[in-house]
Amino acid sequence: MLITAPNIPDPDGFYDELLRAHAGLSDAESAALDARLVLILANHVGDRDVVRQALAASRVGGGRTTG
Amino acid sequence: MKARYATEFTLYPYAAVERREVVRHPVVIVGAGPVGLTLALDLGLRGTPALVLDDHEGPGSGSKAICFAQRTLDICDRLGARGIADMGVTWKVGRVFHRDDEVFAFDLQPQPGARNPAFVNLQQPKFEKALMDRIRAAQAEGAPIEVRGANGVVAQEARGDHVRLTVDTPDGPYDLEADWLVACDGARSPTRERMGLDFEGRVFEDNFLIADVRMTADFPSERWFWFEPPFEGSGASALLHKQPDDVWRIDFQLGWDIDRAAELREDRVRARVDEMLGHRLGAVPDYDLVWTSIYTFQCRRMRTFRHRRVLFAGDSAHQVSPFGARGANSGVQDADALGWRLDLVARGAAPEALIDHYAAEREQAADENILNSSRATDFMTPKSGAARRYRDAVLHLARDHAFARPLINSGRLSVPCRYAGTPGLGPDALDGPPGTAPGAPCPDVALEGGSLLDRLDGWVLLALGTAAEDVVSAGVAARAVPLPAGALRDHYLGGAPCAVYLIRPDQHVVARWPGFDPEAVARAIAGAIGRC
Repeated sequence: MLITAPNIPDPDGFYDELLRAHAGLSDAESAALDARLVLILANHVGDRDVVRQALAASRVGGGRTTG
Repeated sequence: MKARYATEFTLYPYAAVERREVVRHPVVIVGAGPVGLTLALDLGLRGTPALVLDDHEGPGSGSKAICFAQRTLDICDRLGARGIADMGVTWKVGRVFHRDDEVFAFDLQPQPGARNPAFVNLQQPKFEKALMDRIRAAQAEGAPIEVRGANGVVAQEARGDHVRLTVDTPDGPYDLEADWLVACDGARSPTRERMGLDFEGRVFEDNFLIADVRMTADFPSERWFWFEPPFEGSGASALLHKQPDDVWRIDFQLGWDIDRAAELREDRVRARVDEMLGHRLGAVPDYDLVWTSIYTFQCRRMRTFRHRRVLFAGDSAHQVSPFGARGANSGVQDADALGWRLDLVARGAAPEALIDHYAAEREQAADENILNSSRATDFMTPKSGAARRYRDAVLHLARDHAFARPLINSGRLSVPCRYAGTPGLGPDALDGPPGTAPGAPCPDVALEGGSLLDRLDGWVLLALGTAAEDVVSAGVAARAVPLPAGALRDHYLGGAPCAVYLIRPDQHVVARWPGFDPEAVARAIAGAIGRC
C-alpha cells in the first residue's frame, strides 16, 4: 500500500536537499537526474503494486490523461 | 519462372514431375526454409507423407537468421538432425556498450546438464542444408518426404475439405490437391497474399543496415551491442556478432528518413564498417563484404494461424524485430507444435479441432515474442523525450548499480513459450516447480548415459520416485519411463516426493500428478488430442 500520509522526517530539510541536488544543472541535466532518482527509488521500493499506485497518484492533475 | 531472390547454392534441384492426373496429397508445405523443412521431417518420420514445394532451388542468399537457440537445437536433435550445434559458433557472453563505455556484460549459461548450448551462430543456408541432409537420410530409410524445387504455387482454391493448387515449373504448370496446406513461405508469404490476409500490429519506422563481412580479426565470439555507438555514421545502435568461417554480422540502426539505394552503395557501407572496426582495433583490417541488406521490421501477426485447411507457420504468420533471435527460432517451434498434431489428424486418429490447438498455442507464443520484441525496440529506439531520458538513465546507472542492468534491453533472447490456458493442457495436480507446469517445454537434464530429452520419444509418462504403466487412450499409447528422482529433482519435483508427468511428442508437459492414476492419464491424453 502506497504511503500518502506524511512520512518524511524534517520535511523542509528534505525539500532543501532535493533542490540542492539540482543546483547548477540545466533543465536537461535536471530531468536526467530525476529519471535516475525515480529508477533508484523504484528499485528500493521493489513492490510493483506500490510503484503502480505511485505512478497513478503522480499522473493525477499532471496534464493530459490517457484514461 | 521468375526468381524472387538469389540463391546461395542449389539444394533441391528441379526434377520433372509426372503430371498425367491430379494427385491428392495429405500435406503440402509451401516453402523449403527452416520451418517447412522441419515440419516435413517431423511428418515424414511419423509416416505421414509431406510434399514440400519451393519456387527456388535452394536457400536464399545471405546470412538472414544467424542465431539458433537451444530449443531449436533440441528440436533438431529430436528429429535426428544432430551436430548442428557443432557447425556453428558457440557464444554465451554478450556485452553492452553506451558510447565509449562498457556498461554491462551477461553470460548465457544454459542450465547445467543441457546437451545443447544456449545459442549457436550459423548462417541460415547452412542450417537449411543440415535439415535437407537429414531429410535425404530419412528418405533413404523410407520416410515419405518429397521436396520439389522450382515448383512455385501460382494459384490456390479452397474446396471445403481440401485445397486445389496450380504449380508452375520450368516444364509448365500442373495442378495438385492438398488435404492440408501449410504456408511456410516467409514474411512476404505469397500464400497469404493470394488469400488477401494481413497482419495486425505495429510497424516500426526504422531502417537497419546489415553487413556481413569476412575477416580474420581478433574479436572474441561474443555479442557486442552499442547504444549510441561512438564511431562515425553508425546510427543509434550497432551490433557485432560472429558467424562461422570468419564471417561477422554487423548491424547498424540508420533511422527512418534514409536513401536506401545510397546507403547500400559499397563505399557508404565500407565507410561505416571501417569506422566501427577501426574504433575497436585501432586500424582497419582487410575484409570482404559478403552480404549487405537494409531491412525494416514489424512486430505483428495474423489474427489466426488457421484458415480452414490452410495453416500458417513461421514468418508467414508472425513477424518480430531481429533483436532476440525470435524469428527462425519461433518458426521452428511452430513446426514442432504442428508436426505431431497434423500427423494425427492426417491419419484420422484425431479430430480436426486439434489443429486449432496448434493455432492457439502458437498465437500465444507469437504474442509473447511480439511483446518481448516490441519492448526491446522501444528501449533501443526511444519514441519520446521521457523514453530517451529513462533509457539513458538506465544505461548511466548500470555501470555502478547492478539493479539497473536487468532493465537494459538490447533484445531478450529467444526462449520457448510456456503455454498457459490453451486448449489441450491437462491438470496440474502436483505441487511442483513452475518451470515444468503443464504447457512448459521439458527442461533438459543430464542423466547417466545421455540426456533426459533423448528419453522423451513420442508420448511419455515420466514416473519419478513412483511406478507407472503404459496407458493407451483414444488410440494413443503413452509409454511409461520410470526414472530415479536424483538429477531430476530440481526441475521436476521441487518439494514433492514423487511425480508422474504426461509429456507430448513435442516434449511439452501435458499434465502432472503426485502419483499414477491411469484414468486421469487417459483423460489427459484424450484432451491433448482434441477428443474431449
